[in-house]
Amino acid sequence: MTTLERPLSAADPTAGNRNDKSRAERRLGWYLAGPAFAVMLLVTAYPIVQAIYDSLFDYRLTDPENSSFVGLGNYGVILTDSVWWTSFGVTVFITVVTVAIELVLGFGLALVMLNALRGLRPVLRTVILIPYAVITVVSAFAWQFAFSVDSGFVNSWFSWVPGVSATTDWFGTQGLSLFVICLAEIWKTTPFISLLLLAGLAQVPDVLQEAAKVDGATAWQRLRRVTLPNMKAAIMVAVLFRTLDAFRVFDSVFVMTAGANSTETVSFLAYRQTIERVEIGLGSAVSVLLFLSVVLISALFIKGFKVDLSQARGE
Amino acid sequence: MGHPRRRLRWSMTVVVAVMAALVSACSSGPAGPPVLTWYINPDDGGQTEIAARCTAASNGRYTITTSTLPRQASEQRQQLVRRLAANDSSIDIMSIDPPYVPEFAQAGFLAPMPPAVEAAAREDRFPSSIEASTWQGRLVAVPFWANTQLLWYRKSAVAGMGLDMSRPVTWDQIIQAASRAQTQIAAQGVRGESLTVWVNALVESGGGSIITNVGEEDPALVQLGLNAPPGIEAARILRTFGDAGVAPPGFPTADEDTNAESFQSGSAAFMVNYPFIWGKATSAVEEGTLPQSVPDDYGWTIYPQVTPDRPSAPPLGGINLGVGAFSEHPDLAYEATTCIASPANSSYYFVSNGNPSSRPSVFDDPEVVAEFPMAPVIRDSLALAKPRPQTPYYAEVSGGIQRTFHPPGSVTPGATNEAATSLITAVLRKEALL
Repeated sequence: MTTLERPLSAADPTAGNRNDKSRAERRLGWYLAGPAFAVMLLVTAYPIVQAIYDSLFDYRLTDPENSSFVGLGNYGVILTDSVWWTSFGVTVFITVVTVAIELVLGFGLALVMLNALRGLRPVLRTVILIPYAVITVVSAFAWQFAFSVDSGFVNSWFSWVPGVSATTDWFGTQGLSLFVICLAEIWKTTPFISLLLLAGLAQVPDVLQEAAKVDGATAWQRLRRVTLPNMKAAIMVAVLFRTLDAFRVFDSVFVMTAGANSTETVSFLAYRQTIERVEIGLGSAVSVLLFLSVVLISALFIKGFKVDLSQARGE
Repeated sequence: MGHPRRRLRWSMTVVVAVMAALVSACSSGPAGPPVLTWYINPDDGGQTEIAARCTAASNGRYTITTSTLPRQASEQRQQLVRRLAANDSSIDIMSIDPPYVPEFAQAGFLAPMPPAVEAAAREDRFPSSIEASTWQGRLVAVPFWANTQLLWYRKSAVAGMGLDMSRPVTWDQIIQAASRAQTQIAAQGVRGESLTVWVNALVESGGGSIITNVGEEDPALVQLGLNAPPGIEAARILRTFGDAGVAPPGFPTADEDTNAESFQSGSAAFMVNYPFIWGKATSAVEEGTLPQSVPDDYGWTIYPQVTPDRPSAPPLGGINLGVGAFSEHPDLAYEATTCIASPANSSYYFVSNGNPSSRPSVFDDPEVVAEFPMAPVIRDSLALAKPRPQTPYYAEVSGGIQRTFHPPGSVTPGATNEAATSLITAVLRKEALL
């Protein structure tokens, strides 16, 4: 991910020319993006509309004849049920904890990748990226096996840690289960956030760093006053992408606890209503609520924190 | 670059050729007998072998191929339901876990059974197997094999406990004995289907039922019997289990496999589990990873009773065969189920894969008795066994029990029953999530 500094078009003296040019550019843009846009509409907008429609019905897959229109009834059932709020709370908890820790760790890894010796850099980047290349289900199983009370190694390796013994059942209580789930998520997706941050770090002009150095700024001052402000956009994009991702956490919960001990997340709840209970109406309503949460998070980031998404694409 | 029109003609020719190839590929199916697809649950290869045997026995009338479903019964149901809801005609025969039979039947996913097949399917079967294949008085699936749980014990550990294992014992007796001897009872405490199996066996053994109006198709009218005395008694036994300190470590996540391990290792003196644990131990001996003295120490008897004066109602598992309603060859498929569940194939399946038959006569087979010395007890257990509640909403009922009765060691008799009843009722009326 590299970035190109584009000369500001305001410097162009001929205003008429500029208008024509930007119109032509815009048209070209539509030609290039149009087909992808149409495909996106087909594969994402259609299912979303279908889910919203289904969510207004009492519709069971095995009993389609008795399907009936219930309006917003399904939403009423969900929003007044403690199960939804527990799942929502667990999802928010996992999201906040994992994104916060990943941001700090990811930044550290990005600095390491940026400043590593030239010969070491490619190897280092590959090594750091390995967890991200592992399929989530596989990583979830690996962590589950590691922490399992009968076949895992964690209990014997970490028996010196207070509270850990040979019989510690990591998946027996909510706190411990969430700890392992968060750990697996952090291990798996920190590389992603560090990659985005690396792109942001590379954007900070060297001249600024050098000027600060000449002025006698310490490393910490340079990080706080020069590096961070200059990569704010990249940080916000990284946090936004990871938040959206973390909010939809499913695989780790599915594999490790199957939602036992109040570790159910919102997407797992949607899965259980739609796929397990085959209550398409109720499940669709949960999915729509999950979708709305994600939309809300995006809107909050983009409007509230003024995230410029174009930064992530390196425009 | 060629002439535009010539290029158009050229591309049209290509399109027509591709279409023609596709159409011919669709229309000309493989010549020969109709192919029946049998969706099977994963096993040790027994069903595939039976498919081959029945293909040979059909004298070219049909060929059976198998397609393997996921490991978990709930996931098998999910896949079958999704396919059948989309009118999948590729499902000719399917291996169904008994509690899901009513759901399939009520949804119209099972082809009507020809009278001749029904007569054959009722012959030489345990009543529990027939009951588990029936919906609203009609036989809708063919009983294939039947499973049940026994009470397993380590003879050496039980010897000094003062229990007479030649007679049926009660839960209270073994809990007290294990507590005194400071040993454990391995039971399935995991939040899963096996917990419902346990709760149902306790309720039925006490003379109650989880659903009192079996056959009801309107979910809002389903009546629950969990609040009746047998339901309270079931909760009390689960609670004593935790209070008496006889639950193994990791009890809230212990499933059949974990418990087989702790019984094999000797940390638990008692265990309620399916007969597969015998095959597990004997093959470990063959591999040299387990001394012969361990399976020699295994004892078995009928599932524990709830009260001394009432025989227990052991859990019933197994597989029933359904014929898909959208199959192109339902008659041939039903013909094939008769072959699959024949006495000879049932014996073979029992001996080779360790899955007991739904036919009492198979238990007299000398080969079966030689391989499974506990076969007579399994037969007695199947004769007493009771299926799980027969309802098209089984997934909801079972899910509600799993949520309220987990972890089993800390249920509160009365309050837990009340919570389970109101949760399941609300879920069935679609007033609550699950």
